[in-house]
Amino acid sequence: MSTRQEILNIIEKNSRIDVHELSVLLGAEEIVVANELKAMEEEGIICGYHTMIDWSKTDIEKVNALIEVKVTPQRGLGFDSIAERIYKYPEVTSVYLMSGGFDLMVILEGKTLQEVAGFVSNKLSTLDTVLSTATHFILKKYKDHGTILAKKYEDTREIITP
Amino acid sequence: MRNPIGKKVVDIKPSGIRKFFDIVQETEGAISLGVGEPDFDTPWHIRDEGIYSLEKGRTFYTSNSGLKELRQEVSNYINRTQGVTYDPIKEIFITVGGSEAIDLALRAMVDEGDEVLIPQPSYVSYEPCAILADAVPVIIELKEENQFRLTAQEVLDKVTDKTKILVLPFPNNPTGAVMEKEDLEAIAKVVIEKDLYVISDEIYSELTYSGKHVSIVSLPGMKERTILINGFSKAYAMTGWRLGYACGPKEIMEQMVKIHQFAIMCAPTTSQYAAVEALKNGDDDVAMMREQYNHRRRYLLNEFKRIGLTCFEPFGAFYVFPSIKQFGMTSDEFCTRLLKEEKLAVVPGNAFGDCGEGYIRISYAYSLENLKAAMERLERFIERLK
Repeated sequence: MSTRQEILNIIEKNSRIDVHELSVLLGAEEIVVANELKAMEEEGIICGYHTMIDWSKTDIEKVNALIEVKVTPQRGLGFDSIAERIYKYPEVTSVYLMSGGFDLMVILEGKTLQEVAGFVSNKLSTLDTVLSTATHFILKKYKDHGTILAKKYEDTREIITP
Repeated sequence: MRNPIGKKVVDIKPSGIRKFFDIVQETEGAISLGVGEPDFDTPWHIRDEGIYSLEKGRTFYTSNSGLKELRQEVSNYINRTQGVTYDPIKEIFITVGGSEAIDLALRAMVDEGDEVLIPQPSYVSYEPCAILADAVPVIIELKEENQFRLTAQEVLDKVTDKTKILVLPFPNNPTGAVMEKEDLEAIAKVVIEKDLYVISDEIYSELTYSGKHVSIVSLPGMKERTILINGFSKAYAMTGWRLGYACGPKEIMEQMVKIHQFAIMCAPTTSQYAAVEALKNGDDDVAMMREQYNHRRRYLLNEFKRIGLTCFEPFGAFYVFPSIKQFGMTSDEFCTRLLKEEKLAVVPGNAFGDCGEGYIRISYAYSLENLKAAMERLERFIERLK
């Protein structure tokens, strides 16, 4: 496995790890690791160092919704231009072009149900090229970005074994 | 009343690990680095196959030797990793863990008084199994200056007219030592010259960090002299499924299966179905786990260097075996005090043979966070000793 891939495997799960520790885990020089990180940031491979938060455990209200959007692609621009019009809204957290029964998957974060509903009816549906939308609210997150949110790991092994 | 206990069994001393286990259990808040099994769960697709087999009602005995499909997969696996072909019908059978295979191999092959060469430090069961089979265990003391590898000279020094079997426990628990191809070639030469058989316990074969594991069966003339033992516990994190296998010459397998059929009947059926999936589609999981073990291995070695604990660099299994000779204590004293004073449990090296005295076994089948917390405790302890 390449150093790059190994770095990515580690920081995808733990972006707070520092260069020194990374270099220990990989058995590589610190300078090599630092250069790789910098290069991958510049190349846009590493796009950010976000934190995974289970908002449902805080007292801050958040509502997430998945919206299936059917659109009319535009001559010469395909889906890119309509996707851009949608992803520029700050409340939109992700936009994917999909295969199958609809075109764009829009993931939205709002404070309340009303706020999300309002966004869909006032902003999204009224775009010229949008043909239809179907909104699904997320009720509970069990697993997100490869991390199980529902329960904590518990070591059930015997304490000492040969 | 008559004494109900047979003398042979009474004379076998209980595992040194057991004694330590009892002390650890009474210590509240202890962190343990004493576990000899993976911390990963069995990959879900493997568990799923086990569940599916139960749903379908695959709850009967399999043939004594195990599912044909599984033996075929084992054969494919050895072929693709070692380039050696075993007949899945006559030369492979499925056991209850690698440990059953060790016991059976010894029982099937030795007569009273035959000598069995056992390199130590090593897994705790070879010596008692040899004794139960009425053989005479002859210990070869592996040395740190050889990175705990077995040398041809060490074998030659212990071979007598009565020597029949050499146990080859690599990659090694507890030292983490591996044998390179050259090391094995030298051993194979002696084995052939002295007309010995090898029981090669390769349960950690997937966990090597300096190139792929080489099995002695891949060397010329060795397939017909070797019982190859492996299993699913370590590679696929399947310890609780209790599943292993033995491969070797058909005449020996026949006799081993005979004992197996009377003592065990067959290995657990659910586990066998799950294991088929492991061998078919488990390579990526093994690679992921190996990568993580390797990170932890490097982390620990780096920490030892920082806190001043001498340790040779092991390239296999998931153990490191640092020396504690500089502190002027026995392994037992060191481990007991470490547990009492810092609530950190590691296993005294002498639990794996007398020549493990002066060492401790630290397992890195733990998350990095766990290892970090443990190293803080170890560092504090060592600072006080200096």
